[in-house]
Amino acid sequence: MATREELADTLAGFALFADLGSPQLLGVAGLFEEVAIAQGQRVLRQGLTGSGFYVILDGSAEVRIDGTARSMLHRGDFFGEVSILLGEPPTADIVASTPLACLVMGASGVKPFLVDHPTVMFRMLQAQARRLRNANRWRS
Amino acid sequence: MDAGERPFPPGDYPALVIGSGPGGLQVSYGLRQQGVEHAVISADDGPGGMFLRWPFFQRLLSWTKPFAPAARGTREYQRYDWNSLLADEPEARSLQADFLDDTSYFPSRPGMQANLETFAERTGITVRYGTRWERTRREEGPGGTIFVVETSDGEYRCRVLVLAVGIAQPLSPATPGIELARHYAETRDASSYAGRRVFIIGKQNSGFELATGLSPWASSITVCSPSPAKTSVQTKSLAGVRARYVQPFEDSFLGLGVRIIDASITGLTPVGDAIRVELRRTDDGTAMSVEADEVIAATGFTCPLLDLPDLGVATFGASRLPAVTPFWESATVPGIFFAGTISQASPGLKKHGVPANSGAVHGHRYNSMVLARHIAETRFGRVTERASVAPDDLVPYLLREATAAPELWHQKAYLARVVTVGGAGLRDEGIVPLAHALDGLAADMVAMTIESDGQGGLYPVAYVRRAGALSEHALPADPFLDFETDAHRAVLSDAVAGLLAGARAR
Repeated sequence: MATREELADTLAGFALFADLGSPQLLGVAGLFEEVAIAQGQRVLRQGLTGSGFYVILDGSAEVRIDGTARSMLHRGDFFGEVSILLGEPPTADIVASTPLACLVMGASGVKPFLVDHPTVMFRMLQAQARRLRNANRWRS
Repeated sequence: MDAGERPFPPGDYPALVIGSGPGGLQVSYGLRQQGVEHAVISADDGPGGMFLRWPFFQRLLSWTKPFAPAARGTREYQRYDWNSLLADEPEARSLQADFLDDTSYFPSRPGMQANLETFAERTGITVRYGTRWERTRREEGPGGTIFVVETSDGEYRCRVLVLAVGIAQPLSPATPGIELARHYAETRDASSYAGRRVFIIGKQNSGFELATGLSPWASSITVCSPSPAKTSVQTKSLAGVRARYVQPFEDSFLGLGVRIIDASITGLTPVGDAIRVELRRTDDGTAMSVEADEVIAATGFTCPLLDLPDLGVATFGASRLPAVTPFWESATVPGIFFAGTISQASPGLKKHGVPANSGAVHGHRYNSMVLARHIAETRFGRVTERASVAPDDLVPYLLREATAAPELWHQKAYLARVVTVGGAGLRDEGIVPLAHALDGLAADMVAMTIESDGQGGLYPVAYVRRAGALSEHALPADPFLDFETDAHRAVLSDAVAGLLAGARAR
């Protein structure tokens, strides 16, 4: 991303931020920090405290539990929020399977961010509901 | 070399460092200490890098305490001196304290420049000045990749290229009419803003540095960007606007000529001799406008990486930072490394949202020393001998490091003291990027760091890997930051008990 404006344009295409208008998207873009993770590096580490909330801007990542690959995450997907919402360490490793560009927000910023942006909270809730539904289908 | 002869003429060198700011000087010092032959070139006329020009108001953000709990020249003193570079020679240590002007423990810009010049002189670091990097290409040969660096003086060829060129290329937003604004880098003498209405774009430190410095002169000041400003006092870290620049916040709260606005800037248009700034509020999208006599874009800087992206060096973010490994090597073009402020491109764990201090001298000086050893070991086979640690000494050694090691205090959850268990017992691996210790080392080990919980708590954390399983052990916080108490010994002894049993059994 070259500018905050371009970043806001990218976020506008992600389901999580689909309900935000242009000025809000510019504001949101400034609340996150961009990070790049080399292929093969871990972004979240299973069982370690203090992780953040990530949104994938580019690239893919693998979800690994106890070293076993469980699923893939791609552009527009997000991770780390469950650990923050529950105040517990992540239950999986997130490993960059390609060069990965993400937005990241520290745990302490997540609650005020969601409260200030209820439409993002709703979209996040929808995504969690889908994950729960899919997990239940997988078990049944 | 004859007097007046310039060092490092164009030619072949095992490694080439570009840059003569604190990052370039420190990594050159480290490479020399590791026995790696290298050249250093710089477009500048002398050492100092960005400190030859900035900060604009000539006073640094980072302090050096002339009087501290530790004696000058010691490793422990580095914790209280954010501005000196690192050296073994006693005459080159803790130099900044000699260049304070007795009015502030924040050095003046000339004082910082003098500190860096003296470091280069006393350590004998040589640089070919006045040599501008212009283009880069890559050649594949039987011995591997060679980087060919074209400069104003000719071509340099090297196996390892280290860039310490700072983040110093002005960055302006693509706002319509932005040409009516001046960038922070073009700010004039403060007195020339007397009686002027000043509009500052950007709420980072540079924006509030301007607001603070221009307050005695400007008739009104508006500081504006879409997101609300954060202060370091709120984040309880160095993220956000530093404490030195909070006066504009107070003035804003009291309605005293400073306004801090959360809005996007949609355009600038000339109105007579003034500039109308069109805004859209972040919270409800309401359109607004304000007239100003001066608009200054304090919108940051980018990395001057020239044509490296064409070579395949991936970059990210508004600052065009390179994507790198935990050892600051390009993630996409092996053999190209980054030192100095660019080393912040490696985020580390950012535990609890707290960043490392790699964007400042007191953080990246340690990165440079770790990088130099890494380059020496992995590219030139010059392996530093690891000291052994007696099992009975492990706990007191790690607790001493947690209490006093400047690397751990300045680079929290980023650099760690690592001790591994091998065939010969416990081995001190030195200071290592924590991300590498957790993800890149297979051996049983303990990595000791200092961490912040983002709420003001500071405490040591030991990461222990045993038989492939990694565990995290937070030690108790202490109001006096003394981590050598019985309580700390008990927690750490318990955490490393398995490791020690394994070491004693070998």
